[in-house]
Amino acid sequence: MNETKGSVSHQAYLDKIARRQRRITAIRILIFVLFLGLWETAVRQKWIDGFIFSSPSRVMTTFAQMCADHSIFLHIGITLLETLTSFFLVVLTGTGLALLLWYSTDLSEILEPYLVILNSLPKSALAPLLIVWLGANMKSIIAAGISVAIFGTILNLYTGFASTDPDEIKLIYTLKGTKRDVLARVIIPGTVPLLISIMKVNIGLCLVGVVIGEFIGAKQGLGYLIIYGSQVFKLDWVIMSIVILCMIAMGLYAMINCAEKIYLRKR
Amino acid sequence: MPLLELDHVSYSYHSKSGETYALSDISFQVEKGEFIAVTGPSGCGKSTLLSLISGLIAPNEGTIRLNGSSRYRETTNIGYMLQKDHLFEWRSVYRNVVLGLEIQHRLNEETDKHVREMLETYGLSRFADARPSELSGGMRQRAALIRTLALDPELLLLDEPFSALDFQTRLSVCDDVASILEKEKKTALLVTHDLSEAVSMADRVLVLSSRPARLRRILDIRYDKPKMTPLEKRSAPEFQKYFNLLWKELNAHE
Repeated sequence: MNETKGSVSHQAYLDKIARRQRRITAIRILIFVLFLGLWETAVRQKWIDGFIFSSPSRVMTTFAQMCADHSIFLHIGITLLETLTSFFLVVLTGTGLALLLWYSTDLSEILEPYLVILNSLPKSALAPLLIVWLGANMKSIIAAGISVAIFGTILNLYTGFASTDPDEIKLIYTLKGTKRDVLARVIIPGTVPLLISIMKVNIGLCLVGVVIGEFIGAKQGLGYLIIYGSQVFKLDWVIMSIVILCMIAMGLYAMINCAEKIYLRKR
Repeated sequence: MPLLELDHVSYSYHSKSGETYALSDISFQVEKGEFIAVTGPSGCGKSTLLSLISGLIAPNEGTIRLNGSSRYRETTNIGYMLQKDHLFEWRSVYRNVVLGLEIQHRLNEETDKHVREMLETYGLSRFADARPSELSGGMRQRAALIRTLALDPELLLLDEPFSALDFQTRLSVCDDVASILEKEKKTALLVTHDLSEAVSMADRVLVLSSRPARLRRILDIRYDKPKMTPLEKRSAPEFQKYFNLLWKELNAHE
């Protein structure tokens, strides 16, 4: 190894990288603060109508009020519960079905066109149907969350399984392994990185599906709050819900990132 | 009795566009402890030959016998080394090396000891808990060989195991593999398109024709000075002679 730690030029290089990183972080924060400041000023100076556009302070006040009467926790909790439930169901059934398709070449060939069509269908079109079929309850909202993510999951995972290096599979057979060994020792461990990246996409998709579902048929949840708020012209509610949805999306993504780090360290 | 015996073996592939004759009427025998190299024009079916011997596929015609039995796949282990080492990154070096034992549920104190001894002997014990990506190309190939030897195979099939290595590594890995096989007293069948590799490693070289591959010639390789490594053989006087013979044989009918 040719790493000299103490060298002056190397230290200068490291400093340069650190300076750049600090600058980027500072500008990011600046944009955020400027945006909030501009928004608040625009409302206070009556450039725009606070009744329609709300404002950071109005959002905070609304949030504080709803925290005080605990109603916000119910809405957040319901949306989170529905999102996580549909996410886990998508991961479980998606992986299971993708494995089934890998196991049976006939089945995968038969079902392929159906999966492609279902995957390219705009899933929000299914939500009204699901509400009619399953009723205006949590079941149909979870189903809406699942419907958005499931087909893509199956297709992507199956493609991942199928693109395993045939020589790696041959290796298992030369060691007298069976198809089950191929599955357990090559296919599954080999596609864990793919599964994680699919999960990162899915958690966002499930949230989208759940909110769509709540738009149409719910009495609780952030999607309900958005629709209801827009109908009664409580736009503070709407904007606050959108901000909370942003934070939920970030938090869920961070959760999967965290799981990925644990996996990478542990394996 | 020869260890391995091929008797009029033929094999053809089927695809939509038709039938491809890969091997035609191949017969030869391999004695215990021999090192055989198989060479021929590219795409002639050399690898198919190894797949047949390993029992991954069955011949259309003819029989393959190991120790006199044609139903050897259930009872005997045949080691098979592929072009790439295919060490799995999600397993440590040790867990890669015991993969075969794990699959056959034979990982016990005794086999574990054997594997650890081999890792020690062949300079990998320090890396037992490392990831494959931390190994050099030569070390990876040695690890793959130990994975194969861990099952104590009667016969080793080597399918161009050095072709993915750079030239310098290839020369030293050839030496390594030759000495390891000599030490473990293994019979080996090496498929290669590298004539110098064949001449420097094998006791006999089988030359196949282009597809459908027939056995064109069997060339015995003898060096006056015993116990030379493949690298030393490359500068021995006989090396050039055998090399030229093989070269002519391969290019005679093209």
